[in-house]
Amino acid sequence: MTEPPGLRVRLKQASPFALDVDFEAPAGSMTALFGPSGSGKTTVLRAIAGLDRTDEALVTCAGQAWADTTTRRWLPAHRRPVGFVFQDYALFPHLTLREQLDLALGHRKPAERAGRIQSLLEATRLEGLGDRRPAALSGGQQQRAALARAIAREPLVLLLDEPFAAVDWALRDALRRELVHLQRRLSLTVLLVTHDFEDVAKLASQLVVLERGRVTAAGSVEDLTSRNAVPGLGRWREPAVALDAAVVAHDRDRQLTRLSARDLALEVPTVDAPPGAVVRMQLAAREVVLASARPEGLSLHNVLEARVASVEPAGHDALRLVHLDVGSTRLLSLVTVDAVRRLGLAPGRPVLALVKAVAVEAFA
Amino acid sequence: MDWTALGLSLRLGIVTVVLLLPVAFLLARALAFGRWRGRGVVEALVALPLILPPTVIGYYLLVAFGRASPLGAVFESAFGRPLVFSFEGLVLASLLVNLPFAVQPMQNALAAIPANVRDAARCCGLAPLAAVRRIELPLALPGIATAAVLTFAHTLGEFGVVLMVGGSIPGETRTVAIAIYDRVQAFDESAAATMALVLLVIALAALVLTNTLARNAGRRD
Repeated sequence: MTEPPGLRVRLKQASPFALDVDFEAPAGSMTALFGPSGSGKTTVLRAIAGLDRTDEALVTCAGQAWADTTTRRWLPAHRRPVGFVFQDYALFPHLTLREQLDLALGHRKPAERAGRIQSLLEATRLEGLGDRRPAALSGGQQQRAALARAIAREPLVLLLDEPFAAVDWALRDALRRELVHLQRRLSLTVLLVTHDFEDVAKLASQLVVLERGRVTAAGSVEDLTSRNAVPGLGRWREPAVALDAAVVAHDRDRQLTRLSARDLALEVPTVDAPPGAVVRMQLAAREVVLASARPEGLSLHNVLEARVASVEPAGHDALRLVHLDVGSTRLLSLVTVDAVRRLGLAPGRPVLALVKAVAVEAFA
Repeated sequence: MDWTALGLSLRLGIVTVVLLLPVAFLLARALAFGRWRGRGVVEALVALPLILPPTVIGYYLLVAFGRASPLGAVFESAFGRPLVFSFEGLVLASLLVNLPFAVQPMQNALAAIPANVRDAARCCGLAPLAAVRRIELPLALPGIATAAVLTFAHTLGEFGVVLMVGGSIPGETRTVAIAIYDRVQAFDESAAATMALVLLVIALAALVLTNTLARNAGRRD
């Protein structure tokens, strides 16, 4: 059996709580391990790092077995090329930032380390803070320091345990943005544990949903969100499609940016990213209006030709969630039962999907 | 003033600290991090010298060091003199009596290191020994210093056990604490007063030193 180049994880245990998971995290992309607290996410992360053992384990990365209970193979934690960012960062309180990075660069020759440290500090926007100890860093700086230390090892996999949980809400998007840029620039393989779907919607390309120690859904974020197929999410988040789109061009005069995702082309308020850049966009189902004829005299920017794929229940008697195909891209529209009747919405029916420019959330 | 006694006390204190700290660190580490059966019992045994009367400890050590015991017999056949009433016997007794003073500060310091910090050391690629050297030892340093100072000061002040195991042989087992008692018995008030003052100053200096070390260690910026 050939193992995939990314991370392959199969874990089983009966106690202290039942765990039975099997998933892959593709190389060079960000995979989110999403689930409520107590679902076993952190246990999975610790088992991958070699910090905890499970009754049965198969962990392979880039074709190498880190753990395999069938052959009794077990690579101790310090020999696994992982970078771990702990929820509370776990920085070494007695070491300066420079010393923390130096310690994590043990695989490099001493002569090479100073240069590496400098570029790590620059990559995480911590230049000038190298001589500070953790206590003298702000929350956001500590988070970036933990990230820098984890990357310093040049790991095959970066493991992040709720990396944004301990920072102020206002700082999170800035730190998320930095993580995305770092991930893309170094094409890191990242496994991100989170209970906040914002992290998934804005950062991850792959999603593994964990509930009570079991994988209840796995796939690409675009596929799972556009099918409204993330288990347990409906209770606290409205249906919204999250997908990657490319910046096509900026219209400076009208202060608009044209985005394109396969067959989907949208005009949105100016996005701060150069043409060609990939941004994550989200579109909530309740923001998509359906029409049977092209409307006139509206402030609207985006009229998309779509086809109804299916009409699904939406958790409320009076509402329906309409799945739409815009070419090969799928969107969701939340409408009333009355609207379904008036427009005769049924699978195969062509409709126009109206999307306000401001309804598109672009994360760049 | 009995300078020989003071010299002997200082020598005993230094030998005890040097021999005891490494062993006590390993024990402290096992107690702080380990999850093994019998941990509670070992912890109680370590603390025992704190509450047991020195005469009780002295009595058992006297029995254990005696010619009739295996330990006493081995020592005597090897060195040609009895273990009791010898400096070596005193060192051995001192090591045991000082266990709680050495182990407990280090155990507390090690236990105060967050588990995530130790995990992070492993995830940074540090092998177990390297993690001890670069993370655990520096972080536990205030506890280690406290252990050293307390052990040294307590050795200087130990009276009951020394009297039971060592007697009062000048240059061999007569420590300052014993010498003071000796002088008082002989109505030599001034000599007793001088030596008492010396011990008082040493004890006070030791406590000031430990407190300062502990305070400074808490300051990190």
